[in-house]
Amino acid sequence: MPDDRELLDTGASAQLLGDRFPGMAATDEQVVAMQSEKLDSDDILQKRPFGFLFWFALTWIAIVFLAAIFANLLPLQNPNYQNYSALSQGPSSAHLLGTDDLGRDLLARLIFGARVSLIVGFFGVGIGLLVGGTAGLVSGYKGGRLDVALNAGSFIILAFPAIVAVIAIVTFWGQSLLHITIILGIATIPLMFRVIRASSLSFAQRDFVVAAKTMGATDTRIVLREILPNVIPVTVTFSLITVAGIIVIEGTLAFLGLSVNLPTPSWGNLINEGTANNALSTDPYIMLWPAMSMFLLLWSINLIGDRLRQRFDIREGLL
Amino acid sequence: MAKKTAGDAFDFKDAASQSGPLLVVDDLHTSFRTTRGTVRAVDGVSFEVHEGKTLGIVGESGSGKTVLSRSIMGLLPPRDVIRSGTVHFAGHDLTAMGDTELRRIWGAELSMIFQDPMTALNPVKRIGVQIAESLRLHLDMDKKEAQSTAIELLRSVGIPSPEQRVRWYPFQLSGGMRQRVMIAIALACAPRLVMADEPTTGLDVTVQAQILDLLADLQRERHMAVILVTHDLGVVAGRADDIIVMYAGRIVERAPTRTLFADTKMPYTKALMDSIPRLADPSGARLSAIGGRPPDLINPPTGCRFSPRCQYAQDKCRELEPPLRTVGSPDHLFACWYPLVDGVSTAPSVPVSITTNPATTANDAAPTGGTTS
Amino acid sequence: MSKYLIRRVLQLVVVSFVISVLAFLLVHLLPGDPSTIILGPNDTAANRATLLKQLGLNDPLWQQYLTWLGAVFHGNLGTSYLNHESVTHILATGAPVDLELIIISQTIAFSVAVPLALLVSRRPNRPLDNVATTSTFGMLALPPFVVAPILVAIFAVGLGWFPATGYVPFTQNPATNIHDMILPSVAITAGSIAVYFRLLRSDLISTLQQDFITMARSKGLSGRRIMWRHAFRPSSFSLLAAAGINIGALIAGTFVVELLFAIPGIGYSLVLAVNQRDYLVVQGIALVVAIAYVTIQFIIDFIFTIVDPRVVRE
Repeated sequence: MPDDRELLDTGASAQLLGDRFPGMAATDEQVVAMQSEKLDSDDILQKRPFGFLFWFALTWIAIVFLAAIFANLLPLQNPNYQNYSALSQGPSSAHLLGTDDLGRDLLARLIFGARVSLIVGFFGVGIGLLVGGTAGLVSGYKGGRLDVALNAGSFIILAFPAIVAVIAIVTFWGQSLLHITIILGIATIPLMFRVIRASSLSFAQRDFVVAAKTMGATDTRIVLREILPNVIPVTVTFSLITVAGIIVIEGTLAFLGLSVNLPTPSWGNLINEGTANNALSTDPYIMLWPAMSMFLLLWSINLIGDRLRQRFDIREGLL
Repeated sequence: MAKKTAGDAFDFKDAASQSGPLLVVDDLHTSFRTTRGTVRAVDGVSFEVHEGKTLGIVGESGSGKTVLSRSIMGLLPPRDVIRSGTVHFAGHDLTAMGDTELRRIWGAELSMIFQDPMTALNPVKRIGVQIAESLRLHLDMDKKEAQSTAIELLRSVGIPSPEQRVRWYPFQLSGGMRQRVMIAIALACAPRLVMADEPTTGLDVTVQAQILDLLADLQRERHMAVILVTHDLGVVAGRADDIIVMYAGRIVERAPTRTLFADTKMPYTKALMDSIPRLADPSGARLSAIGGRPPDLINPPTGCRFSPRCQYAQDKCRELEPPLRTVGSPDHLFACWYPLVDGVSTAPSVPVSITTNPATTANDAAPTGGTTS
Repeated sequence: MSKYLIRRVLQLVVVSFVISVLAFLLVHLLPGDPSTIILGPNDTAANRATLLKQLGLNDPLWQQYLTWLGAVFHGNLGTSYLNHESVTHILATGAPVDLELIIISQTIAFSVAVPLALLVSRRPNRPLDNVATTSTFGMLALPPFVVAPILVAIFAVGLGWFPATGYVPFTQNPATNIHDMILPSVAITAGSIAVYFRLLRSDLISTLQQDFITMARSKGLSGRRIMWRHAFRPSSFSLLAAAGINIGALIAGTFVVELLFAIPGIGYSLVLAVNQRDYLVVQGIALVVAIAYVTIQFIIDFIFTIVDPRVVRE
């Protein structure tokens, strides 16, 4: 976006000054004083390294993903096999993370349980992106009555407390992985719609879009070639935050016993199992492994989202 | 605690008996530490202001005038700001004071009018409360007293039906009204010196004149000193007793107003004057703009800081920095090796006279542009 | 004043209407005979016939809706087929428990987040700020179902400071009640603290760069007065909005801790009802909680008009 250069330049200096001198308004004067030909926007906006934590978070997500995908190929025991000769054991060489009160291998259950969180989280957001994102992209660009109607509709849907709606629907519709994914996916549609619409709307009024229009580009071409690439940073960042949000809702449902039916393991119901029947005092590992894994996964997704947000220079309040 | 009562450690009214100037700024330097290096925004500035007088400080954006006014008051946050030199106000050294001591002077003896009243008034507080705040703090008024004084202040700055307006929020007022409110706040505790930082920028020309006249009237009534900071020589022309012209953090010319206009020594000052629109000019006459942009204050140019943009610049100008000196009249100081005499440069090889030829074409002013008005 | 509020009231009415329709349809669009759904599979044919007549189940759907809505307005949300307790009674006994949990948790959240944000935003990027920012970032990843079991393992099972389960009504023994409620309340607080702190901190930092703060300093006001009287209010808009949205997450949180600590709140009844397919109870709870939620949003919007005088004008 070369047309933004100067804007970014000034903004960046003001930001720099603001960061350094809180309590002092950066007036024009100081901004100009800070500027010189050498101060390029690139200096500040780019090449700030992501840092160790970012790569650590990415590694953890990769490990969880790979383990969940290749769980069947890994040398794991059947997560539902009940070994009555090894009940409630701590970590050992035979059972790296120990066993539960039915003698099931905790590592196997942990890894197979990751599948539910990942499928619901990423496929759910996929549904939201596909429907809400597309609608938002077009609605923000085209405007008009459809936009007003969709906007009002999304307001009404967002007025519902998601968890209550989801519990009610799951109760009446039945608890399966497919249902949960679809319901949570639908729940993210208005969120995705609103954020992407706002972003699309802001770009639709920019000069380069107007220029493309005057040059006779079709709407389809403008949306795909001019707007979509610019909306991607916000979309990626917001999608990650939403993935974390959905994983939390699924986990909550699972903990309440309202998600995927037992005995299919998921981290939420594994934590619940770890709290049942006095297990917290007899075998806290059952709860500890999925709780820690869940914390690390959510933390990692949030961290990557946050670092991308900083890199793309998106204001926090926007999301 | 911070009341104007006799016997207080900082009784400035009492100190008024001292004979010297009200404000003495001596060799003030102010720099910011940034990741790129040290920005020397104010670089060795000295001047005085006498009781009841008006000083104009003029310079284009980036000349360091805003930083100077805040630095004099001590309003810049201490972290990453390096300040040296002294500022004596009514005989007391402000640079030696701590925050608690400064707070007794701020708003009470020394106050500030800000550039943009839209951003300088708190958007979610009633204007009456914002005026009464200083009254209650410095003059120990109770709520009722402060409120009625606030109404009187609003009346004195020319706000109609102040009894109702006192309960309004800033967003309900026009730009000119807001600036009047700001003046009311600044003058609430009858300070002896007011710093007005671009008080009329962003207002309509007619409103500008009204505000400046109001300020001048109040100044006369209350015998305050005023420092008027602006980028527009036209604003200070008829109002200031003395004028300081700043460039790149330094004073480049200082003189009584009449002298400055009659006998401009510094080509930069001349260029600023040429950028003032005049009614006498034929319509369609082009205003001259100063080419180029203010220098980088992290690595200022060697020699005279204006030399890269000065059409008379000689080798000497680029190598040696001219000192602030006088020729003839002792109160006219300037920093130029080849000062103008009757508008004509004394430099050995002058291409053309400054009055017939605008300094540079506006095209050279890209990307940020020079001074325009 | 009026125009904005009238629009919001209209919105509230529309959303409440949509909620009631959806809640109604939950039961009535379910495949199978509504009387079986309402009465459970094992009731007598006579009871079934009475219900059929009572609810007008042979009428057109919109008439059934009106009949049902009329009953709802009279406080009749039906009865549980399991224990024949009225849904209204279940809600009336459960709601105070949820409210208590939310009030304790939000009191803790605000009294930690607000002073901390005011403290660190004056000197951002200092060690104290970095510690606060990093640890609250971690707290964003601690939903109640993760943190509650860990708290129980440490403070109830390990240290024995609090009971792992149990509930005594406030009216019976206030001291025990509060003591028992501490752990569950804290468990649903982590996310609130993190969200409130981070929003307020970032808004305060940008507010403190505003001219009107320098202006307030130039009046001679003290740092503390400037923070509370000048910086806090203009910085609290996102905080207020977030507090409203956060209620949704808090409701989910109370469900989790009620189940874990065996506290008889609405969430406890809801989970029980879902597992027993006690549809009328689920319907009633969903309806009331959803309406309560949108009403709270409305109240928060109303508070906005007080905190920010500009809202009404725009």
